[in-house]
Amino acid sequence: MTVSQKQMDEVLPETIAVRKIGRLERFLGPDNYRIIKGLLTTPASIAGFILIALFVLTAIFAPYIAPPISKRDPYKIPRDGFSPDPKPLGTEWKRNPPPLPFWWKPIMKSDTWVHLMGTAAGQWDIFYGVIWGTRTALWTGILITAATVIIGVLVGSVSAYYGGLVDNILMRIVDVFLTLPFILAALILAAVLTPKLGRTVLPAVIALVTFGWMGYSRLVRGDILSVRERDYILAARVIGVKDRRILLKHILPNAIFPTLVVASLDVGGYVLSFAALSFLGIGTEIGYADWGQLLSFARAWITNLSTYWYIVVFPGMALVLFVLGWNLVGDALRDVLDPKMRGARK
Amino acid sequence: MTAYIIRRLLLLPVLLFGVTMLIFGMLQFLSPVERSALYVRDIPKNENVIEGVIKRYGFDKPIYVQYWRWLAGFKDRDGTYRPGILQGNFGYSRTGNQPVIDLIKQRFPNTLDLALWSVVPIIAIGLWLGVQAAVHHNGWFDQAARIFSIIGSSFPTFVFGLLVLMIFYANLRWFPPGRVSDWANQVLRSADYHSYTSLVTIDSLLNGRLDVFLDALRHMILPILTLSYINWATFLRVTRSSMLETLRQEYVTTARAKGVKEKDVINKHARPNALIPVTTLAGFQVVGLLGGVVITETVFTYPGIGSAAAAAASALDVVTVLGFALFNGLVLILANLVVDVLYGLIDPRVRLA
Repeated sequence: MTVSQKQMDEVLPETIAVRKIGRLERFLGPDNYRIIKGLLTTPASIAGFILIALFVLTAIFAPYIAPPISKRDPYKIPRDGFSPDPKPLGTEWKRNPPPLPFWWKPIMKSDTWVHLMGTAAGQWDIFYGVIWGTRTALWTGILITAATVIIGVLVGSVSAYYGGLVDNILMRIVDVFLTLPFILAALILAAVLTPKLGRTVLPAVIALVTFGWMGYSRLVRGDILSVRERDYILAARVIGVKDRRILLKHILPNAIFPTLVVASLDVGGYVLSFAALSFLGIGTEIGYADWGQLLSFARAWITNLSTYWYIVVFPGMALVLFVLGWNLVGDALRDVLDPKMRGARK
Repeated sequence: MTAYIIRRLLLLPVLLFGVTMLIFGMLQFLSPVERSALYVRDIPKNENVIEGVIKRYGFDKPIYVQYWRWLAGFKDRDGTYRPGILQGNFGYSRTGNQPVIDLIKQRFPNTLDLALWSVVPIIAIGLWLGVQAAVHHNGWFDQAARIFSIIGSSFPTFVFGLLVLMIFYANLRWFPPGRVSDWANQVLRSADYHSYTSLVTIDSLLNGRLDVFLDALRHMILPILTLSYINWATFLRVTRSSMLETLRQEYVTTARAKGVKEKDVINKHARPNALIPVTTLAGFQVVGLLGGVVITETVFTYPGIGSAAAAAASALDVVTVLGFALFNGLVLILANLVVDVLYGLIDPRVRLA
C-alpha cells in the first residue's frame, strides 16, 4: 500500500515528533521560550498585559490627557484655592485652571474645565494627580526593580561563584536584612534619610531598594548552583575554559533569565510599597502627583467618607488596577515556572 | 534533632549581631545632638552645646566603642550611668513624650490582642479555602478562589482598609475605628477595674464586663477583616499547590485503589502531609502579625506598636522608630527560631537537610 505525501505530512510529525523550531525559540533556548510562550497564551496574563499597556499609554500621554500649568514642574498637582473641604466631581475649576485638554471640547461642547474626579482637602485636583501619578508609579517602580535586581544578581552570583566563606557571609547578611518586616524596615530608613535628602521621591526609593534585593540574590544563587551541575558546563570545564568565562558566558546567561522575568513582574509590588510609604506620610512633599499621597488625604476624612468617597475610590482604583495588571501576568508566570504544576490533570 | 537545634541556635548570635548593627548603622545618620535622645528626655536645642554633647556621650570615640556602649551602657563624663539597650533603654520618644520602652509596653498588648484574634480566621478559613480549591482542581470553586486570591493580593492594605471603613463605618456606622468607645475607656480607667494581662479583650472578661468586651471586639472587626483578606490570598495559594502536589503522590493513589472513601483519602491521607509546608507559612504570618501591622493599624487608628512606629516615622522621630525596629527585630528573631524548631519537629526532612 502506498502512502500519499499528504498522509505522510499528517502522520509523520506525530510519529517521530518533528517540530519546527522557530528563530525566537532558537535564540531563547527551549526553557526560556516556554516561559515567554506561556505568558503570551494565557488569557489572564493577556488581560494583565493589556492593563499594563493602558497605564503605560496614560503615562506617555499624560501631558495631553491632563495638561500641566507649568511645563517645568508637571508633577506638582494644580490646586483650586486652599479651602479645606473637598469638592465633588464636576465642580467647575475657578481659580487658576490649567490649560483645557484637547479632548474636552469635542466631547463636552464646553470651554470650562472641571474637577473630573473632585478635589481633595486643600483643593488638589484628584484627576490630575491620578493621571500624573501613573508616571510617578511607572518610573519609580521600574527604577526600584532595576536597582534591586542589579544588587541581587551581583550578590547572588558572587555568593554562588566563590562559595565557602564568602557565600556563608553573604547569605547571613541576607538573613539579617530579611529579619525586619519589609515595610517597617523601609519606613525606618526612609525616615532616617528624609532629613538628609529632603521630601522627594529619593528616600522612599533608596529605602525600598535597600530592603528589596535579598530575594533575587537567593534566587540567582540557587539557579547558578543548579546550572553549574549541568553537563555542558562540565564539558566546558573539560576543554579548559577559564572559571570566570564559564560563569559569565555559560552559567549566568542561562541562570539569570527566570530571575529577570520574576523581577520584571515585581514592579507592581514595589509601586504598592512606595504608595504605602507615601500613605504613611513618608515620601514626597505634599502636592506631588503620587497615588499613595492622594489616598493619605482621605485619612483626615474617615468619618465623612460616605460624602467624600471620591478621595479614596479614584486613586485607590488606579493603584489596584495597576497592581492587578502585574499580578495577573505574575500569576500566569508562576504556573509556567512551577514544574510541579506542568501537565496538571484537567 | 539535637544537632538541628544546635545548628539553628548557632545562627542566633549572628542574627542578633547583624540586626543590632543594622539599627546602629542607621543611627549614625543622625547628628550627635539628635542621638543624645538615646539618653535624655530633652535634647539640647542650643547650637553651642554640640561639643559638650559629643564629649559627654563619647560620640567621638571609635565606632566599636560606641557600639558596645550603646549595647551595654556606660558611665558618661559626669559619672552618670547611662543604661544601654541590654538594660532596656531604647531612648526617649520625642513624639510619645516618654521612654520608648514604656511606649512599647503600653502599645504592645493591643498589637498582641489584635494578632491573637486575627490568627484564627486567617488560618482556619485560609486552610479550608486552599484545600477545597485543590480538591476541586480546575472546577468552579478553584477558579473562584483563584480570582479571589489574585484580587486579594492586588489590593493594598490601606485601599482595602479605607474602602471597608467607608462602607461599614461612614455609611452604616457599624464598626468604628480606634480601640474602645469613650464610655468603655472610662471603665478601663476606673479604680475597680483590674488589669490582669493588659489585653483588653481578656481583662474585660476577667472583670466580668461583657459590654466592654463586645465594644473592644466591635472596634477590632474591621482590622481583623482586612488582615484576613490580605493574608488569605497567600495562604490559599500555598495550601492549594501543596495539596495538589500531595494528591498526585503514589500513596494517595494506593489509598484510592484500596477503596478508601474519598473523604478519608483527603482528610486523613493527603491533608496532614500537605499541611507541612503550610505550617511554616502560618508561623511566619503569626510572627508578622506580632511585629505590628504598620499599615492596618494606621488606617484604623488602632493604638498598637505598628501605628506608633508609623506616627513616629512621619514626624521624623528617628530614635523612636529605631527603638521599635529593634524591639521588632528581637521579637521576630526569637519567634522565627521557635517556628524553625517546630518545623524541624514536624518534618524530619528539614532537620536532615
